[in-house]
Amino acid sequence: MTDPVRQSYVDSHRSVAQRLPGSAQPWLRRVREAGLSRFNNVGFPTLRDEDWKYTDVRVIAKQPFLPVLDPGDGVDGERLRPLSFAGLESHRCVFVNGHYAPHLSALGTLADGIVVDNLATVLNQQPRELEGELGRSAPGELHGFAALNTAYLMDGAYVRLGRNCELELPIELIYVSTGTDDNRRVTYPRNLIIAESGSRAVIVERFVGLGQNRYLTSAITEVIAGPSAHIDYYKLQEESQRAYHVHGLYLEQARDSAVTTNNIALGAAIARTDIQVSLAAPGTCSKLNGLYIGTGKQHIDNHTQVDHRSPHCISDEFYKGVLDGRARAVFHGRVVVHQDAQHTDAQQQNKNLLLSPNAEVDTKPQLEIYADDVKCSHGATVGQLDPDAIFYLRSRALDESTARNLLTYAFANDVINRFALDPIRRAMEGRLVSKLLHGQQLEDLA
Amino acid sequence: MLKIENLHVDVDGTPILKGIDLEVRAGEVHAIMGPNGSGKSTLANVLTGRDGYEVTQGKISYRDRDLFALSTEERAREGIFLAFQYPVEIPGVSNLYLLKAALNSKRKHLGLGELSAVEFLKLIKEKVKLVQMKEEFLHRSVNQGFSGGEKKRNEILQLAVLEPLLAILDETDSGLDIDALKIVAHGVNSLRDAERAIIVVTHYQRLLDYIVPDYVHVLANGRVVKSGDKELALELEKHGYTQLVQSSGEGAARSAGA
Repeated sequence: MTDPVRQSYVDSHRSVAQRLPGSAQPWLRRVREAGLSRFNNVGFPTLRDEDWKYTDVRVIAKQPFLPVLDPGDGVDGERLRPLSFAGLESHRCVFVNGHYAPHLSALGTLADGIVVDNLATVLNQQPRELEGELGRSAPGELHGFAALNTAYLMDGAYVRLGRNCELELPIELIYVSTGTDDNRRVTYPRNLIIAESGSRAVIVERFVGLGQNRYLTSAITEVIAGPSAHIDYYKLQEESQRAYHVHGLYLEQARDSAVTTNNIALGAAIARTDIQVSLAAPGTCSKLNGLYIGTGKQHIDNHTQVDHRSPHCISDEFYKGVLDGRARAVFHGRVVVHQDAQHTDAQQQNKNLLLSPNAEVDTKPQLEIYADDVKCSHGATVGQLDPDAIFYLRSRALDESTARNLLTYAFANDVINRFALDPIRRAMEGRLVSKLLHGQQLEDLA
Repeated sequence: MLKIENLHVDVDGTPILKGIDLEVRAGEVHAIMGPNGSGKSTLANVLTGRDGYEVTQGKISYRDRDLFALSTEERAREGIFLAFQYPVEIPGVSNLYLLKAALNSKRKHLGLGELSAVEFLKLIKEKVKLVQMKEEFLHRSVNQGFSGGEKKRNEILQLAVLEPLLAILDETDSGLDIDALKIVAHGVNSLRDAERAIIVVTHYQRLLDYIVPDYVHVLANGRVVKSGDKELALELEKHGYTQLVQSSGEGAARSAGA
């Protein structure tokens, strides 16, 4: 029996295919068709799928979400103003409901050799430039959401850093979603970031929900880091509280490149992020920092996979989660050290703090080693606030709620301190205070 | 300042303290000695209101108020300070932050304004010298990665900053070498004055060479079996606890307050 929802995504694709940017390009048509046929084969993941064992997406799969075909309206600069990070100057690219919003963007001046543009424009005007690169670092077997993104790919950011180009200011990509009152819209942001050899940049990708509508974001970000390229990447997910968010971040790292991904999940009813890093040449370094904070009935799932395919590579993963209310989180971190990857240094840690008896976390660190001369470690902890520490603080005149807040803050701050970008760090401290500490301001812990 | 009357305390249903009477007045230093398991630390924990200690009989008044009506943090704000036997490590919270939060919380309670950043730093630098700590310790997480001696000195630093009315030192001397012991004692002695009382809980007489008590009480099997002046500590050093503990049954009758 054909699943009618699955069928409706396929049917609706037929009716919009001609209107998608670059639809005349045979190569792009092939990319999209491959995505569609993959989705048609696998559909949405189910609990029977090992990688989705703890994340139930039936609520997303039970009815079709409809693509937003026209650029968004009704969002003006005033509504975006509160979203700015204090002290962050950036090359800013804003997308509203999945479409580039030039009137809200401020790209500023970019040096020669640096391109920051929206994908739809490039696909319409210079599609050749992306042939063979779009979809290159994505895994061969996409899950249903990523397959749909590829089938419907419409718009997003295209960043190319030429050889030895260095960006002084961060590139800030902001995906604003408003949804619609029918609660049935989906957007498919797609980013392609190519850093050629010796280039350097900081990229901040943000997903922000305005209002209370339910919607689905199904995004993909591909990052190709060339030899000796340095990329500091931040993802800050603050979708609206009824939204669903699924994002695949796929990284390919060439020789001596260094990439840090900072993955922060605060929003959405159900949020799932997949990060896949391929260390495909010697001397690469990849750091993966993550912080997830769940309250209410949020479900936050982070899946990371680091493939050490070459010798002398370093990966260092550090994920922390704080869960309150009935929130639930999943951490699945897989590190694979392939046979040729001698002298690998792979570290992984996941620590979770449960603030309520009804909060839950499923953590699954997984290390597979096929080489014999490596240095690897991994570990996971799930705990509550230390009653001895609370008593100690109270015996020093702090009241109980301040003591609890201070310890919670200190727990999360451990990851926040790893964020190199000052304005992000400060903004995160503010988010933590408003989301977890019931607005109680704590002074600078430094 | 502190009056303990007929205090009985159970831990997990087992009686640990079986009728303690003790009075401590401002300006006095009392030493509470006794063998392991005699209830010394239980007494210290009850005074600060730690969970898990059930008071089954008796009362404690602190500055003419019922101590049990006060929460742990209220006791701290009203001037009670416990230097922990095992100071807790708190990753992610700097020493400096804790000192400032603690001091300001206390000052607020007492109706005093918060100290400015400059005033606070000046105060801290002075106190850090008193316990001969390196200033870098201020920026480290509370007790994290500190040696045993550093932790104990850190307790005395907090003591010096918070200037309590009643300081309780719970086995502060354990694990200290002689130099650290002198530093700790110097820190404590510098706080001695007519307004303040200090209770030193210790297993050994050694600390009392440096913090000389006005009164010494020997605790055994949950009771004060003997009280005296500093000579009692020297006597214990010579003869050990055995004799006293054995006669603790009748000793209880003689355990009048100081």
